[in-house]
Amino acid sequence: AMTAHSFALPIVLFSAFWGLVGIAAPWFVPKGPNRGVIITMLVTTAVCCYLFWLIAILAQANPLFGPQLKNETIWYLRFLWE
Amino acid sequence: MGSLFRSEEVCLAQLFLQSASAYSCISELGERGLLEFRDLNPKVSPFQRRFVGEVRRCEEMEKTFTFLQQELRAAGRVPGPLSESPRAPAAREALRVQEQSEQLAQELREVTRNRASLRDNLRDLRQYLHVLREGQRFTSLPAPLGSPPRPRAHSDREPILDPSLHQHLERKINFVSGVIHPWRVTSFERLLWRACRGYLVASFVEMPEPMEDLATGENITWVIFLISYWGEQIGQKIRKISDCFHCQVYPYPESEASRTDTTTKLHGRIQELSVTLEETEKYLAEVLDKVALALPTWRVQVQKMKAVYLVLNQCSFDVTKKCLIAEVWCPVQDLTQVQDALRQGSYQSGSSVECFVQRVPTSERPPTLIRTNKFTAGFQSIVDAYGVASYEEVNPAPYAIITFPFIFAIMFGDVGHGLLMFLFALWMVLYEDSPRLRQGTNEIWLMFFEGRYLILLMGAFSIYTGFIYNECFSKATTIFPSAWSVATMANHSSWSSAYLATHQLLTLDPNITGVFRGPYPFGIDPIWSLATNHLNFLNSFKMKMSVVLGIVHMGFGVVLGVFNHVHFRQKHRLVLEFLPEMIFLLALFGYLVFLIFYKWIKFSAADSLMAPSILIHFIDMFLFTSNAENRPLYPGQVPVQTVLVVLALASVPILLLGTPLYQWCRQHAPRMPLATGEQEPLLEGQEAGNSVNTTMEDVESGGHSPDTQHLDFAEVFMHQAIHTIEYCLGCVSNTASYLRLWALSLAHAQLSEVLWTMVMRNGFVGLSYVGGVVLVPVFAAFAVLTVAILLVMEGLSAFLHALRLHWVEFQNKFYVGAGYKLCPFAFAPDTWE
Repeated sequence: AMTAHSFALPIVLFSAFWGLVGIAAPWFVPKGPNRGVIITMLVTTAVCCYLFWLIAILAQANPLFGPQLKNETIWYLRFLWE
Repeated sequence: MGSLFRSEEVCLAQLFLQSASAYSCISELGERGLLEFRDLNPKVSPFQRRFVGEVRRCEEMEKTFTFLQQELRAAGRVPGPLSESPRAPAAREALRVQEQSEQLAQELREVTRNRASLRDNLRDLRQYLHVLREGQRFTSLPAPLGSPPRPRAHSDREPILDPSLHQHLERKINFVSGVIHPWRVTSFERLLWRACRGYLVASFVEMPEPMEDLATGENITWVIFLISYWGEQIGQKIRKISDCFHCQVYPYPESEASRTDTTTKLHGRIQELSVTLEETEKYLAEVLDKVALALPTWRVQVQKMKAVYLVLNQCSFDVTKKCLIAEVWCPVQDLTQVQDALRQGSYQSGSSVECFVQRVPTSERPPTLIRTNKFTAGFQSIVDAYGVASYEEVNPAPYAIITFPFIFAIMFGDVGHGLLMFLFALWMVLYEDSPRLRQGTNEIWLMFFEGRYLILLMGAFSIYTGFIYNECFSKATTIFPSAWSVATMANHSSWSSAYLATHQLLTLDPNITGVFRGPYPFGIDPIWSLATNHLNFLNSFKMKMSVVLGIVHMGFGVVLGVFNHVHFRQKHRLVLEFLPEMIFLLALFGYLVFLIFYKWIKFSAADSLMAPSILIHFIDMFLFTSNAENRPLYPGQVPVQTVLVVLALASVPILLLGTPLYQWCRQHAPRMPLATGEQEPLLEGQEAGNSVNTTMEDVESGGHSPDTQHLDFAEVFMHQAIHTIEYCLGCVSNTASYLRLWALSLAHAQLSEVLWTMVMRNGFVGLSYVGGVVLVPVFAAFAVLTVAILLVMEGLSAFLHALRLHWVEFQNKFYVGAGYKLCPFAFAPDTWE
């Protein structure tokens, strides 16, 4: 593909999304016997999923080496993905 | 915070029950299921307890019920449905139930006996009828003259002596007729021939319809035999031989007329008997109907009654005050409900004096009660499987609701497999109220059903991690365009077709501008699934991910310990245990996490030839050496690392000696007259309100606690030493243990790839109509193997490892788990087998 991927945009978007889930949403959980459990679940989910995604994108941000492809793959991708 | 975060407050209480209303009070409490009763007569054998007579009566009734149920089952009936759970019966009603059930059992026994004897008779008559009928064939056949009589087996054309020969021999012909088992025919015949040769004629014929053998109950085609003989001794011999072979012998009338007469009479009797048998069967069906209707209710009633009496046996009977005292563990929240139940019970039994409950202070450790709903019950049970939380300790379950499925998903990550698991669990959840699902008897199915919410979350998180790993049935998806540009690399390095033909493998170089265009925004780039060196990249990524997540998980565990220290009012442990633990963990392993992130951000392809190795730096940090070829990650790295290592090493003696020394100092400092609850988290027993079971020695030893603590200083020190060693060594080994996240996710990815390459891809080889037909069995094989190997086997494996990580690596940072559960006395819903 021709378009370059920006680095900042996904960081901002996903941080905002998981921030919404983990920090903002707990304020809106209705009162009831399960309020504490639901808030815990929201915060834990946000932390786990955000951290996992962050590790994935940071590991690829500055690659030290590139993929090694077979010649058939290169023939094919050269024209398919451009 | 709700009760899922920490177990509820449970107190010891005493119930004072009037003997008249004790039964109904306990029954009411059992219906509500609030309290756990303690046995106040532990040294009394079950045969000497007060209510042993009533318990025995209940057991007798249960015996009758078992007999009734067996009869129902033998008749192929199903017991009726139970509309709502009946309450434990009062004494009069119980008597009525006992009488009725015994009466029904008696009736049932009589009727079945009658029916059996009627059936026997009928069978007998029928056999006789057949014998006569078949024998008729022989005795009315005209025999050819002069043919010598020869016994021959299984032939129904055997002629018998006709009257002319009879006159010739001047003897009277007698008959023995009967029925014999078909397997014994040959030996019977042989014996007859040897014993009475020449003086008899035997003929055998099979019965036209099979009849029941009373001994074995199966249908056999009997063989009818008719022996004509002359001579008295021969007759006796024949009868003895028939006796030996267990034949059923019937009198065979001589003349034709008497035979027809007997046949008619037999017909008549058979008719009568059939009618009587029908009536008996109808009556039996009525009795069984009555039983089927009443049995379920009776069963539940008697079970409840027995349970109540067993509980009453545990109470101590205070003869002077004419009341029963029961000791219970009661959740403090429910004390008002208990009072209400006692009031209801007294009212129902018509007594005017009310029973009441009184709270009693105790120094014993109460049981743990954590209330769960259908969603949280599954997660609480996997935590409890390792150890029930100690009283009022922090409960790991609410965090495990999310971290357990998440850690499972890291090892299982695949969109396709996760989706299948999610849909399976969704089906179970949506239809959870259907009786067919609930009443399954297969244990394995029940295990899956109990964990349906667990599996639902596991599937959902697996879909998420599958997207991050970019694996859907081992294939990558290009939701966003890939970050690596093959064309740019090819143009830059002038990879012509000829060049490509001679070079099998070529690598994309991220140093060249335009080849790498920024990181893939969500997950792993799809080009890696096409690369031959994809494991080089993925291994590095997954290992670092496992270490980072592991250290975060363990750090969270240490932080949870803070809640325990604060709740049990042991604030000294915050400074003397939590702080050194945290410093040790963060200075060493938190720094490792920092190094990982730093290297990811700061080093790129431009310095790839000289990129520093984190592993070598980490080892050098501990050994206080340095490696010339391994350049530092940032300026000033060596002094920073030295400081961190010194800090970590310094925290070890604080952890080792801090708490014991603090406790020693508290002891030897001038003691305050009021002992506030700071040292002992639970109240010491006071003289008046102690548990009924405590003896005088227990009360006295309670006052000795400061001295006993002094004697146990060695034990405290030993305990703390073990804890320190366990913690410090554990930090290292547990961090390495989290690498199983990498190992299992690699195994899962490789297995799915193998299944794709070696099974499914072969179905796409032929691109014709025939190929389409071939695809069907190939897909079937792929589907079966996916479910069996990848979903079931890998799923169980990842489940097990996620469980281990929680139980050992996470929980040993804060959890003690030495409690016991509150088992309230409640009438469990009856399961009808």
